[in-house]
Amino acid sequence: MADLKLTDVGKTYGGKVEVLKNINLDIKTGELIVFVGPSGCGKSTLLRMIAGLEKITGGTLEIDGQVVNDVPPSERGIAMVFQSYALYPHMTVYDNMSFALKIAKKSKEEIDEGVQRAARILQLDQLLDRLPKELSGGQRQRVAIGRAIVRDPKVYLFDEPLSNLDAALRVATRIEIAQLKEAMPNSTMIYVTHDQVEAMTLADKIVVLANKGIAQVGSPLELYETPDNEFVAQFIGSPSMNLLAGEITGPGDETQVTLKGGGMATSAIPTQTADKGRDVNVGIRPEDFTVLEGEGAAIYEGKVDYLEALGEVTLLYFEADSGANPVIAKLPGIHGDLRGRTVKLTADPARVHMFSNGNSMRG
Amino acid sequence: MHPALQAVLTVGIGVSSAIAYFYLANMFLDKVLFPPRGANAGRNINRANMIRPWVFLFPALFALCLYLAYPVVETIRLSLTDRVPGGYEWAGAENYVALTKDPKFWEALRNNFFWLLVVPGLSTAFGLIIAQLTDRLSWGNIAKSIIFMPMAISFVGASVIFKLVYDYRPAGEEQIGILNAAYLALGGSEPQAWLTIPGLNSFLLMIVLIWIQTGFAMVILSAALRGIPEETIEAAIVDGANPFQIFFKIKVPQIMPTIMVVWTTITIVVLKIFDIVFAMTNGQWGTQVLANYMYDKLFRANDWGMGSAAAMVIMLLVLPILVWNVRQARKEMR
Ligand SMILES: Nc1ncnc2c1ncn2[C@@H]1O[C@H](COP(=O)(O)OP(=O)(O)OP(=O)(O)O)[C@@H](O)[C@H]1O
Ligand SMILES: [Mg+2]
Repeated sequence: MADLKLTDVGKTYGGKVEVLKNINLDIKTGELIVFVGPSGCGKSTLLRMIAGLEKITGGTLEIDGQVVNDVPPSERGIAMVFQSYALYPHMTVYDNMSFALKIAKKSKEEIDEGVQRAARILQLDQLLDRLPKELSGGQRQRVAIGRAIVRDPKVYLFDEPLSNLDAALRVATRIEIAQLKEAMPNSTMIYVTHDQVEAMTLADKIVVLANKGIAQVGSPLELYETPDNEFVAQFIGSPSMNLLAGEITGPGDETQVTLKGGGMATSAIPTQTADKGRDVNVGIRPEDFTVLEGEGAAIYEGKVDYLEALGEVTLLYFEADSGANPVIAKLPGIHGDLRGRTVKLTADPARVHMFSNGNSMRG
Repeated sequence: MHPALQAVLTVGIGVSSAIAYFYLANMFLDKVLFPPRGANAGRNINRANMIRPWVFLFPALFALCLYLAYPVVETIRLSLTDRVPGGYEWAGAENYVALTKDPKFWEALRNNFFWLLVVPGLSTAFGLIIAQLTDRLSWGNIAKSIIFMPMAISFVGASVIFKLVYDYRPAGEEQIGILNAAYLALGGSEPQAWLTIPGLNSFLLMIVLIWIQTGFAMVILSAALRGIPEETIEAAIVDGANPFQIFFKIKVPQIMPTIMVVWTTITIVVLKIFDIVFAMTNGQWGTQVLANYMYDKLFRANDWGMGSAAAMVIMLLVLPILVWNVRQARKEMR
């Protein structure tokens, strides 16, 4: 049981450097929340404020309805897994995992039971007598998670826990964390990551942080399908969403946009007559483009500058003015013959986003 | 010639002859001794490379032998001989036997042991506590600089300072020693000649060394404390450890190797302690230590045999700690 409620939370370092402001967030028991955002946007800072390692300089943090701004970390019912694991180098795996229980003056039997249980879940049984330096990176990571499990916290906090692992191990550990989450439906988890795939696969809800605040909160697919603003639109998904500048020329239930590049786009987002003439950015994900054969109004027409054939998909990079981002299209299958050719692209109106002043025009 | 000019010239000659040695020796090896030519070119290159390190090391090894190894051998030899008019005679273990029969030797040994028990432990403990306490203070660096300053004072200088602190003037006169002044101010009946009070006086001498060595311990341990990964401390905070538990269970164990190096380094200083005792009591009133005992025998009693024997005893005591210390320091570096 642990609901978290952040109200107008802010962080200012040394009274001058404002890193975060007006963070409002409701986290329900059992949710796995992922914080994503560009480097330096304050993900770790927010997590550390929830942990109690960093002072909250504005607003309130409540855990289960109780304001905990001034409650020390150990009494907040949280456990944290650090990016660098932060294992105690002079203690064996067993001692690392039992440290918190010993501090809490639990009985020997209780400690042993807790450690053995966590060790079983994480397959650390054989390693309990080892020192951290005698473990591989993945094993260290598991000990760090084990140290958190042993305390049976209400809230788990992970700060980029997989970033020090190699690609294969990262996938394996990611799946382990997902299974762990399923095994503990009552614990809340907050997870910071750079990695989109991690965010999309693990999260019940993703919180995108940018410009000192929250850009959008939503389920992974919500963020993907209905981004609130250009930042989220471009941050989620790889390669990023294409943004094409244009002007509304045909408002209505479906909106016609005449693009600066000469193309014509139709979006399923409805607009009012008053919106006619408004400058907008049309957003289309690379994977939503289809090649238009023969006649018809194209959204975009250009020469394929180069392409990346990945087997299952082919990425087309179109010629762009120097400095501008090229339009990218992702087509299923192999299209090696398209390089250097002029290609017309179109897209399903339902998948054409529209942004005005950076914000989505979806109601 | 002006002495400064002479010094510059000497340095110049020294440095250029060192360079010349390395250059010429290397050239001799490559061009004359094992030239990489002819039928045995490959073999010659290998041989030259095998010898080269030794050629380069030779000056250092030579100096080391001359100034370290030779004195040790000579001291051993002297400790086994007796001085007689016009020369010396073989004495076997006699000097060592005489040593064991001299109560002053046992007093020195006992005092050294006492010093060993008190000084390294207290210096390291104080250094560690100060390093920890000053770590987060805004004026911590100033405090540390002040505490480190005694390191820059020679042992004899420090002894002179503390002799003034412990100074004794007969009753009725104005006391210039701060210890007596404080003692009287706090209700002491009459001034004490502190350095003549057996038992206490040794401890007063130790304070001088602790005063000096605390700064050393503090600087090294402060660096070690800073090297502890911040996240392990944060993990301990999250785990619920209080500041004392963090200090004793997380920080101290992580810097244990450094603490041991500091502790043994001070131990070696203590085993060789001489200047402070020499300058303050000269071993009187029951404060004798081994090094001062050796000096007494060697230079005052002119008994080179017993003096050398005492020197050997000191060396035997220091050696194991030294070896251990060097090993630890090497481990640290890895
Ligand atoms: N002690 C501090 N004093 C001043 N500014 C700080 C301090 N600590 C962090 N910052 C600033 O706060 C911002 C957020 O830092 P934070 O570590 O939370 O970023 P992050 O989102 O976790 O980045 P990354 O993804 O690279 O880990 C950064 O711009 C950083 O420069
Ligand atoms: Mg971070």
